[in-house]
Amino acid sequence: MVHYDKKTLERMIDGRLSWDELKPIISGRKDPNRFDIILEILQERVPWNEKIILPLHEHLHIVAKDGQRIVKCDCGHEFGDYRENWKTKCRVRVRDTVEEIEELYPKDMGSDPEWIELREYFCPGCFTLLDVESVPPGYPIIFNFLPDIDTFYEKWLGRKAPDK
Amino acid sequence: MKMGQSLGWNGKSLKEMLRESEKFFDETGRYYALDKLSLKEEDPFRFERNYASLRGALVTARETALHVAASPIVKEIGELCFALYTPEGDSIVVSTGILVHVHTMSEAVKFMIREDYEDDPGINKGDIFLNNDPACGNVHTTDVQTLIPIFWENELVGWAGGVTHQIDTGGITPGHDLVPAMQRFDDGVYYTCRKIGSNDRIWKDHLISARRSVRTPMYWELDEKCRLAGNLMIRDAVLEFIDREGIEYYKQFIREAIEEGRLVFQERVKERLIPGRYRAAAFMDMPQKNEAWQPRAKMDKVSNQPIEIIIKHDGKMSLSFDGASGPGPNCMNAEKGAMEGGQWVLLTQILIYADKVNDGAYFAVEKNYPEGSWCNPGDIYLSYQAPWGNLIPAYTGMMKSISYGLFSRGYREEVVAGYPFTGDAIQGGGIYSDGPLMGQRWSLSTFEISGQGFGASAVRDGVNWGYAMWNPESDLGDVETWELFQGGVPYLSRRVKPNLSGHGKYRGGANYEGVAMAAYSKDIDFFGAREGLAFHGSGGMHGGYPNATGYRLYAKNTNMAEIIKKREEYPLGDPDPRNGEFEQLLKGDITRKPYCSIYPITLDNYDLVYYFLSGGPGYGDPLEREVTQVIQDLNDGFYTRDIVNNVYGVVARYNNEKQEWDLDENATKARKEELKKGRMEKSMTFEEFWEKEKKKITDNKLSNPVKLMFSESLKLSKKWAKEFKEFWKLPKTFEMEVK
Repeated sequence: MVHYDKKTLERMIDGRLSWDELKPIISGRKDPNRFDIILEILQERVPWNEKIILPLHEHLHIVAKDGQRIVKCDCGHEFGDYRENWKTKCRVRVRDTVEEIEELYPKDMGSDPEWIELREYFCPGCFTLLDVESVPPGYPIIFNFLPDIDTFYEKWLGRKAPDK
Repeated sequence: MKMGQSLGWNGKSLKEMLRESEKFFDETGRYYALDKLSLKEEDPFRFERNYASLRGALVTARETALHVAASPIVKEIGELCFALYTPEGDSIVVSTGILVHVHTMSEAVKFMIREDYEDDPGINKGDIFLNNDPACGNVHTTDVQTLIPIFWENELVGWAGGVTHQIDTGGITPGHDLVPAMQRFDDGVYYTCRKIGSNDRIWKDHLISARRSVRTPMYWELDEKCRLAGNLMIRDAVLEFIDREGIEYYKQFIREAIEEGRLVFQERVKERLIPGRYRAAAFMDMPQKNEAWQPRAKMDKVSNQPIEIIIKHDGKMSLSFDGASGPGPNCMNAEKGAMEGGQWVLLTQILIYADKVNDGAYFAVEKNYPEGSWCNPGDIYLSYQAPWGNLIPAYTGMMKSISYGLFSRGYREEVVAGYPFTGDAIQGGGIYSDGPLMGQRWSLSTFEISGQGFGASAVRDGVNWGYAMWNPESDLGDVETWELFQGGVPYLSRRVKPNLSGHGKYRGGANYEGVAMAAYSKDIDFFGAREGLAFHGSGGMHGGYPNATGYRLYAKNTNMAEIIKKREEYPLGDPDPRNGEFEQLLKGDITRKPYCSIYPITLDNYDLVYYFLSGGPGYGDPLEREVTQVIQDLNDGFYTRDIVNNVYGVVARYNNEKQEWDLDENATKARKEELKKGRMEKSMTFEEFWEKEKKKITDNKLSNPVKLMFSESLKLSKKWAKEFKEFWKLPKTFEMEVK
């Protein structure tokens, strides 16, 4: 059975593996205990105590808190029930003028804001950029991922979720 | 075979076999209702050895056959692939190559069966069938398929199929993705599952007709022979297999191989993803109002490409494009075969790249291509010449959705933010007016587009100039090879273009730009296709930004003849569009357009055209990118100083002595803090955003292309319309008015 030690996976998360180290991990068979090791690494890294149930996004985790499952940022900011789109709790910047788009892209190499605008979603706690949507003006925000946590734990991992 | 004689197994017709196969699958959810893989269980080594022998035979067929072709697209880039199918048309094993077509040919076989080809025109040993009709299993007319039946005694035991991408198929303009096509009659020559040969020979009348139907007859004819040669090699391998293992073993084996493919897919999903609902939305701009010749095609539009993927408890996947906008008088309409092909080729890259790569994966995915939308228009008279324009961006949503699952499961090394459009697909053609080829036609159909910047992953930057969604064996190709068939526009340069990569903690892959000059020719057409006003697809991931968009630049009536004579400097690219080399170094009529898909223009000798390939989308917050990596990006020419200052907060100064960029640590620290502060000051609460954004709809502030997109999606999908109205708290009676 394939197994990667915790240190290797920590270095991978940090983007510090060389191509020679990373390539076999990409092309080889997968390590079945990966989920648990990643969960352990992430839990050790966050400055709070709630149990992580599922890594959701870069910096965001679904955690157990007071009998609820909520989305929580590395910085500790809480976004509420994971079944609601966490973006509705973000600070949002909309780049819908040529000037604002040309701060990021040279002339003619960004979208025409009449066609597509950029929406930047920031964590209200640490102002990390969590997501960027490139959508036409007026497009409803996108709910990226709604996991079926109990099916995952019970049917796929064969055990109860940590909060059950 | 005689008329009326059944070709299927045990006296059944092919149609009966197909119906039976579909019935078994509908009733049991398993391929041919197989409840176990008997042959594999009895002797797994024999089973795997046999699968490998067929796989090897197909790869060998491809590697051999491509030397029959003359087209660099086939020979150099390998735009061909082969597959072996069951009598019902389900793929068992595939070669390497442009795998997008494995399931498309499957649909062509099923079309022939449903249309009773068994009776008329008949299916006989040695027959050859040709197809390039998207309405019965193809992506666009430029992909041409050859299929031959394989018989063992009097039973049809399979089909061998090969596909190559043509340089030209005789459409409204030269090229392979014809921007001006707006109806079927513009798409070029159509072969709708037509019999074109018997006794392993292509009929002369077909060859005569084909030579007169396309602009590059030599490439067409040799490509046909290439596909037939590969198919004949596959047929030999199958007959040798049956001779060795017995016909009963073969019949059971091919069904088990597909069922195993299906099971492998489900297990892979359970191994790597998380059950649940995934969503993304992608877009494509269609700026035709100022470009189209045809009055009906003169409209600007954004195409809506929403995707929803549900991963179920048993590892099955369902995929829906509900909410997709409508088709139109443009070349980007897509038929089912194209959609299946696009989906299948991506799944083979991100989930089922080992084990049994065959139609098992097709059977493991439920699909919804909404009727009346761009991905299922239901009108064969529309143009289907370049469905890639919708299909390529649309499936970025699938790659991103699957990446959400891979991330949550911990397999961050597999995460990909997406991929860019395979553009700039510059095309056209002309006639040599001088030199040894005088009078001959040349065609501009570069397949440099096979080498795009890949999306960043969750642990590293995207691959530079090395990815094409439709061909896992991506290759940019050599300039000298492209010039063999597009010699009327020789290259003046090819070099790295800055600022193409999508920003992020990990940036998207970088890419090249090029300048070419019309020469030694007359009657030259030129056009190109890719996104321009819309960011491609579904953009970046987890805080990463989309890659840069395309634009169009060319110069006519230039002084290049004089520049060459005087050996003066000429433009090698367009690194800074605000301060262009074209404008600085050339005299002439210089045109810049903010969009990239244009209808053909005519060129004269010494006119210059410019193009660039795409960078990949980025991953993660750019402020988290290591400053040393940003400095490296500057030294590699991937970004410019102003952009890294604005996006990454990195302040750098050029060291003339060392000829490289140095980091200003203190200024960088201050700039990063300034950007973070800017995030606080320039952002708003979600409630404020919602109010402001809603007003764009209710105060009629949306542009016409966007309103057209919304109006179509609202009409085509009740579910999408309901969610749209609920999100913005609009009345149930709300409709988007559009002129």
